[in-house]
Amino acid sequence: MTGVHFLEDLSAHLAEISAIILFGIGITLLMLSRNMIKKNIGFSMTDSAIYLFLAAKGYISGRKAPIVVDGIEQMAYYINPIPAGLVLTGIVVSVASSAVLLALTVRLYRQYHTLDIDEITSLAQKEEEV
Amino acid sequence: MTDASSLALWQSLPLVCILLPLGSAAVTSVLPKRTARCWTAIVLSLQFLASILLTLFLRDPSRSYTFPMGHFPAPWGNELRIGMVECLICLFFSLVMLLSFLGGMRRLDQDIVEDKQSLYCVMILLMSAALSAQVFTNDLFTSYVFVEIMTLSSSALIASRARGRTVLASARYMIMNMLGSSLFLLGLVFLYDLTGHLLMGHIREAVDVLVSSGENHLALIVTVALMTVGLSIKSALFPFHTWVPDAYGSSTPASSAILSSLVSKGYIFVLLKIICRCMGPSLFRLSGMDDILFVFALLGMILGSVSAVRQRDVRRMIAYSSVAQIGYVYLGIGLGSEYGLMAALFHIICHAACKSMLFLSASGLIEASGGKTSLHALRGSGHRAPLTGIAFVVGALSMIGFPFLGGFVSKVNFALAAMDFHRFHRYLVLLGLVISTWLNTWYFLRVVILIYTKPEEEVQEKSIHRGVLYTFALVALIALNFYLGIGAQRLITAFFDALPAFSAAFPG
Repeated sequence: MTGVHFLEDLSAHLAEISAIILFGIGITLLMLSRNMIKKNIGFSMTDSAIYLFLAAKGYISGRKAPIVVDGIEQMAYYINPIPAGLVLTGIVVSVASSAVLLALTVRLYRQYHTLDIDEITSLAQKEEEV
Repeated sequence: MTDASSLALWQSLPLVCILLPLGSAAVTSVLPKRTARCWTAIVLSLQFLASILLTLFLRDPSRSYTFPMGHFPAPWGNELRIGMVECLICLFFSLVMLLSFLGGMRRLDQDIVEDKQSLYCVMILLMSAALSAQVFTNDLFTSYVFVEIMTLSSSALIASRARGRTVLASARYMIMNMLGSSLFLLGLVFLYDLTGHLLMGHIREAVDVLVSSGENHLALIVTVALMTVGLSIKSALFPFHTWVPDAYGSSTPASSAILSSLVSKGYIFVLLKIICRCMGPSLFRLSGMDDILFVFALLGMILGSVSAVRQRDVRRMIAYSSVAQIGYVYLGIGLGSEYGLMAALFHIICHAACKSMLFLSASGLIEASGGKTSLHALRGSGHRAPLTGIAFVVGALSMIGFPFLGGFVSKVNFALAAMDFHRFHRYLVLLGLVISTWLNTWYFLRVVILIYTKPEEEVQEKSIHRGVLYTFALVALIALNFYLGIGAQRLITAFFDALPAFSAAFPG
């Protein structure tokens, strides 16, 4: 019986569960990968995971976007538009952040000819000693 | 619920503090270098003036009001919330920002490529808009957006110097901050999901209902943990401080002064608002995050200073000392009492005034020693640059906690805050303060003695005209530090009177 309940729970919250798993993968990449590009991919994954969570929580199946075209004004007919607005704003913010990190990656690559952050750090240290 | 039409004209002043620098940032990008600098200085002074006027008009510390942005009333529209705590913090932030910019202005020619200098001014303006928006906003998502704007502009401020390892420092800064903002954003989304609100007062109402009914208990605690950890990563609480020495130690002096004294404090202020206004102290205590912050704050106070002692580069030493000072602020938050919060707020201001002066004067001393940053090279530089030497000594003494200076009042505050607690907390705080003060004395006095020792061989001073603005900034910062030490009582009383209004869900 509990197995069935568990499966029901799982399917009802599929989007949220996958969002959290994606978030975990993204954070791991961001923290543990030494490659700057992979770090950036990790960051994009964490943020997308959060937006997936927000969008999944903000949508109620069967309801519509709150644009009144057929004269129905009951609240129960529409969904709250704010989560979608937050997702849009958030996407803009994370695009800007990844753009800045990518720009820094390009400059680092031109200077040190590698994407490995540990290698760059040791190269920079050697440069300073000289 | 305040109606836009019932507001007096002065009540729109916080809008000036936010929109003026934000709007002029867009204009500044096309201005030539010299005009851009003047314009930035003017805008920062106007922002300072607006915050003074706001403080004067508000007058009563127990008073606070909300300012609706746009025409939508409270649960739907975005709003600002203004009380005495916000006003005072904004006032000191804009003052320190202005002085750091003025003090570091002349060095920009040396450190930044000619045609990028007006872009540097854009970043300064963006940062100052983001800071005041974070201080005043009452909406969680707005504070997230401005937290990110601040992160991006500070990353540019670090990377702007053309020489050295600044790009690497900036990349490492970005990576840590991205981690922090992801955790913070996840916490924010959880909180929105649990409560259905983004305005802090309404979140508090919903959270109180959830806490008293015991519903979603685990989810609430996870939320508190995510937001606290996210913001403490961003504000470089020990052990997330690894990016600090590179970022503060290698960027141009104006950048390091602004970064160390203001950026981390902006994040901490957002955290304070979340703890006091959104969650309420009881939920914060329930989640156990206060003890966690307390432990890491103590570790940071001591280990940050230990790392500072081991540095051979004066700017990296001051950067590590910042790690220790951030520990002090979190100590006040971790204590969780009203006195602890007041001590944290006072230390935010006190450290801002002191650290910016230390970075500016250290850069002056380095210049007087032919551009070498090692401690040994600074020998005798206090004689070569008298005023800079005095500023460094005042800053160092304030950090150590010498009477008549801000740092002393701050340390007394923390000790007094600890007295309200039982044995365990009390003795840990006092022990931490003693060890940290001892270490501070060790590494700061070492430099103070060194800069007034006669050098073995005559060092040729580089003939760099340090300028009127640099002198003005240092003198003003010295005065500010003495004011914080001598006239602190009024400030402390104002914070005490204003805290209930600051942490109330709704004004009035």
